[in-house]
Amino acid sequence: MGPYLTRRILLAIPTVLGVLIAVFLLIRLVPGDVVTQLVGLEASISPKRVEELRRLFGLNRSLPVQFGEYLSGVLRGEMGKSLRTGLPVGKELLRRFPVTIQLASMGLLAALLIGVPVGIMAAVRRGRAPDYVATGFVLLGLSVPSFWLAILLILFFALRLGWFPPGAYVSPAEDLTGNLARMILPAFSVGLVLAAAITRIVRSSLLEVLSRHYIRTARAKGLRESIVVIKHALRNALIPVVTVVGLQFGTLLGGTVIIEQIFSLPGIGRYALEGINLRDYPVIQGAVLAIAMSFVIVNLLVDLAYGFLDPRIRYE
Amino acid sequence: MDSSTLASATSNAGRSRPRSRLAGRLLRHPGTRIGGLLVAIVVAGALLAPLLTPYDPVTISPESRLQQPSSAHPLGTDIYGRDTLTRVLYGGRISLAVGALSVGLALAVGGTLGTMAGFVGGWADVLMMRVADILLAFPAILLAIGLLAFLGGGFWNVVIAIAVVYTAPFSRVARAAVLSVRHEEYVDAARVTGAGDLRILTRHVLPNAVAPLVVESTLRLALAILAEAALSFLGLGTQPPAPTWGQMIAEGRAVMTFSSWPAIGPGLGITLTVLGFNLLGDSIRDAFDPHLQV
Repeated sequence: MGPYLTRRILLAIPTVLGVLIAVFLLIRLVPGDVVTQLVGLEASISPKRVEELRRLFGLNRSLPVQFGEYLSGVLRGEMGKSLRTGLPVGKELLRRFPVTIQLASMGLLAALLIGVPVGIMAAVRRGRAPDYVATGFVLLGLSVPSFWLAILLILFFALRLGWFPPGAYVSPAEDLTGNLARMILPAFSVGLVLAAAITRIVRSSLLEVLSRHYIRTARAKGLRESIVVIKHALRNALIPVVTVVGLQFGTLLGGTVIIEQIFSLPGIGRYALEGINLRDYPVIQGAVLAIAMSFVIVNLLVDLAYGFLDPRIRYE
Repeated sequence: MDSSTLASATSNAGRSRPRSRLAGRLLRHPGTRIGGLLVAIVVAGALLAPLLTPYDPVTISPESRLQQPSSAHPLGTDIYGRDTLTRVLYGGRISLAVGALSVGLALAVGGTLGTMAGFVGGWADVLMMRVADILLAFPAILLAIGLLAFLGGGFWNVVIAIAVVYTAPFSRVARAAVLSVRHEEYVDAARVTGAGDLRILTRHVLPNAVAPLVVESTLRLALAILAEAALSFLGLGTQPPAPTWGQMIAEGRAVMTFSSWPAIGPGLGITLTVLGFNLLGDSIRDAFDPHLQV
């Protein structure tokens, strides 16, 4: 495991650097430059202040120098200050990070809780009613926009049935049950696509495993079908699920940006959108970087988990 | 599904079977019929909108606002009294146009770069694939949002943002398809008989990339339409009063305590369109490679 782990971590470094460069260049994409854009918003601004802002963004120096400064800032956890509130972006990101992590993990959990059993059901009852229901779920799950689903869920479960409390976000430290009650609908909205993808892969990989010889042997021994499926087949069939989680986690993470907005959750995605609406460039840069970095780390973890679950991977 | 296995599998299938059998498999697939029908309905609805509905998508009529569905307004009306079905039909134009243009652009740029990377190899290949890795390190919608935050919203910027995001996956698919045949004997044979790079590329290598790229394009169209809807929902897309599905859902959300219909109609439009392209993409993939079917 050791060499595989080291190699995989080393391979992530160029990607991390690349993401940093991309985010750094993003702010330089602004037509004209950031400062002219900002000045355009506020007409009464002195030339002196313009120069000050240019210096603040470091736009008066060469690109490599600017990048060096940016990099050392990020390493120290300093990502500038919000142009609107004056609050340090790094601190604000740390404060909001737990909300996004909670939403993403609950979304992942919802996806697994739906996807794995439905996928098993479809494979075991192949070609019969449960299989068709599961196929329909997969097709719809991959086609319904998550933000629309979120609104439908609010309409039905919160407004019509009153099962979930409306209103603002509550932190788990304040009121754990209140927090969980308010996070269930967002978690389902964010996890639906992944649930559909997991259902699909569990079904097809379980069908594949169930046709193997060792399964025939297990059945021939007279084991009950439930034991054959759960103890013998499922363990091997679940390995590709890890791959799908890795591939689709980006969609889930991207989904949090919109879902946080709809449910007024104070996470990083909402922070990014607030930044966009106010043209608060350091905020956008920081939030985009934070989400992209989480994605890189999740992919790393998925690869490591894969090496752990399937020992053959390490010997490639 | 790993794109490289898909590429090699589809290229083998494409070569050994006559084209008519491919078409036969495609037409027999239920996904082709249902998906094709859905896509045909949406495309026809968008193109023929002025003939299908007596209303204007933009003109405001306050006296008929927030009406429930009726024979006059099958999907009800919005807060400005505009017919929701009419706006859904016209909104399809923007969604389909953004989808087709962005996927076309990504296919052209990504496909070319990926083919070059796979065919030339060496440093160019390493460099291009590293850049693709970095682009893929961003969640797709986040990268598009990030680009639009700095480029500004609007129709063409949305097309560009989605195209940039999808260039990397297209380049990978094209590269995998090229690599799968680059060292085949028939390519070596063509080289020995004196064929130049360009001839080998166009006659022997590229035909193998067609199948995986067609599949990728169809499935990406579905994703691009979802992305456009999300971006316009966030207010980063084509600006009002032109109707887009995402922006209609955002407007519907604002009035959902009074009427749920303004949010429901456009969501149905998105879901049916995306479902159509997903079904088509899946059935094209199955038709190119029958072994993939479980």
